[in-house]
Amino acid sequence: MLLSVENLRVSYGKIRALHGIDFNIEEGEIVCIIGANGAGKSTTLRAISRLVPVESGTKMTFDGNDLLDYAADKVVSKLGISHVPEGRRLFGNLTVMENLTLATFARKDNDQIQKDIDRVLTIFPRLDERKTQKSGTLSGGEQQMLAIGRAFMSGRRIMLLDEPSMGLAPLLMMDVFRAMKELNEEGTTILLVEQNARMALQFARRGYVLENGELVLEGRSDDLLNDPEVKKAYLGG
Amino acid sequence: MTLNLQNLLDFQNIIDALQWGSFYALIALGYSMVYSILMLFNFAHGDIFMVGAYIGFGIASLLVGLTVAGSLALPGWVILILTLLGAMCLTSIVGMAVERIGYRPLRDAPRASAAITGLMIGIILEQGNLILLGAKRRSFPEIIESQTFSIGGVDITNIKIMIVGVSLAFMLALHLFIKKNKWGMAMRAMAFDYLVVPLMGVSINAIARMTFAIGSALAAVAGIFFGMAYPVLEPTMGIVYGWKAFVAAILGGRGSIMGACFAGFLIGFIEIFVPLVFPSTLRDLIAYSIILLILVYRPHGFFGEPYSAKLRL
Repeated sequence: MLLSVENLRVSYGKIRALHGIDFNIEEGEIVCIIGANGAGKSTTLRAISRLVPVESGTKMTFDGNDLLDYAADKVVSKLGISHVPEGRRLFGNLTVMENLTLATFARKDNDQIQKDIDRVLTIFPRLDERKTQKSGTLSGGEQQMLAIGRAFMSGRRIMLLDEPSMGLAPLLMMDVFRAMKELNEEGTTILLVEQNARMALQFARRGYVLENGELVLEGRSDDLLNDPEVKKAYLGG
Repeated sequence: MTLNLQNLLDFQNIIDALQWGSFYALIALGYSMVYSILMLFNFAHGDIFMVGAYIGFGIASLLVGLTVAGSLALPGWVILILTLLGAMCLTSIVGMAVERIGYRPLRDAPRASAAITGLMIGIILEQGNLILLGAKRRSFPEIIESQTFSIGGVDITNIKIMIVGVSLAFMLALHLFIKKNKWGMAMRAMAFDYLVVPLMGVSINAIARMTFAIGSALAAVAGIFFGMAYPVLEPTMGIVYGWKAFVAAILGGRGSIMGACFAGFLIGFIEIFVPLVFPSTLRDLIAYSIILLILVYRPHGFFGEPYSAKLRL
């Protein structure tokens, strides 16, 4: 078990966003969490990245380490958990190269860093063309590519992806998912949260359905795609 | 009131303005850097300038004293470098302590709480100094013998040239650090989007600590240079010059490094040139009325961004 989450509870003030959810991911898997807007998908990823505080009783372990012992930056630099946040959140005042370089801030393996940058620029040739451009000037698709590339540079045991399809034209979306598949084949485990349930379930091996802060269904993607409830609620009949 | 054109163009006044501008710019940088990454003004920063001046005074007095007594034989420039380095290190430790004790616990508190904390830390530093050293004014020792050069009929001292030159060198070094170094890159990233910085494996606390350290070190440089140029130190010196530098930080555009330097020098020029035209007793009244007027028409300062909560380095 690479990542195991038990009884994850998160509240924002008096409003509880996650009511104690359990899930786990094996090394090398692609797993998705689907759900509507506001179901708690982003909160789940933020809790794993330690960006939001969790309530007592929550247990999260990653590769045998208690995640609650790690601060947000150490989750990335020590455990290799990378996170592509909702809305990409690139540093628009930094160039493409600077965004990629900053993600290696805590890394010491300089030879490997250069190889990894070359790898990102090979997977996304568009970024290579725009290396010295400020990332704020990129198109939506290019920004998503850079956000994924940046996460790849920061740590790659597991990549948490928050709505990577958002705002992308279908063809670009296919490109982005193809790149993620490539990274997965090279050994990166992927946890994806998506509103675009069909896309997510076609991409992932297993899936969970999150509703109002609770996991209501789980299963193999094929089964979920054929589940009448899922079809009705998330796949448009 | 006579307007003497010769005076206005006098190089003597220009170098004086550059010298005062250097003090204001070096201090203003500390306000701007901290604001850019944490969105708060460190109102204790003027008093950190004061602390830096006193630490510099302590180190310089010791070294000059030992040299005069004959136990050390250090040339003036070595004493100056040791004083600068020593005071920069010690003052940055004070700055980091202020961040750790005063501001980190309030990171998510309302901004007003942080502002008031800053004012209180400032009072503690002033009173601490009073208790430690008494209310007596101190005179900064002469580290380097003042020499006057005559260039084209204009008299300038070696100290003024050194102050302006070294200050500009520090500003350039800071600029390069922020542009080229990965820590500087992290500062720019944090200025743009504070919340996702940890996702890069970068510790927000480490960047905040470093920013306070650099700002405090630059304030110490300003303090020492101020002491060398106007050799009277008093515990309240941080208030008046700190506030003027704060005005420079606002005038430059909140969070803008370039703006802080530019506005620091602009205030230096306004303060030196206003008394050449108006009675000198009205200097600050007129100088700051001019600045107020600039802000009325440019409320976000020279390099700040209008209507934006997020400002950049």
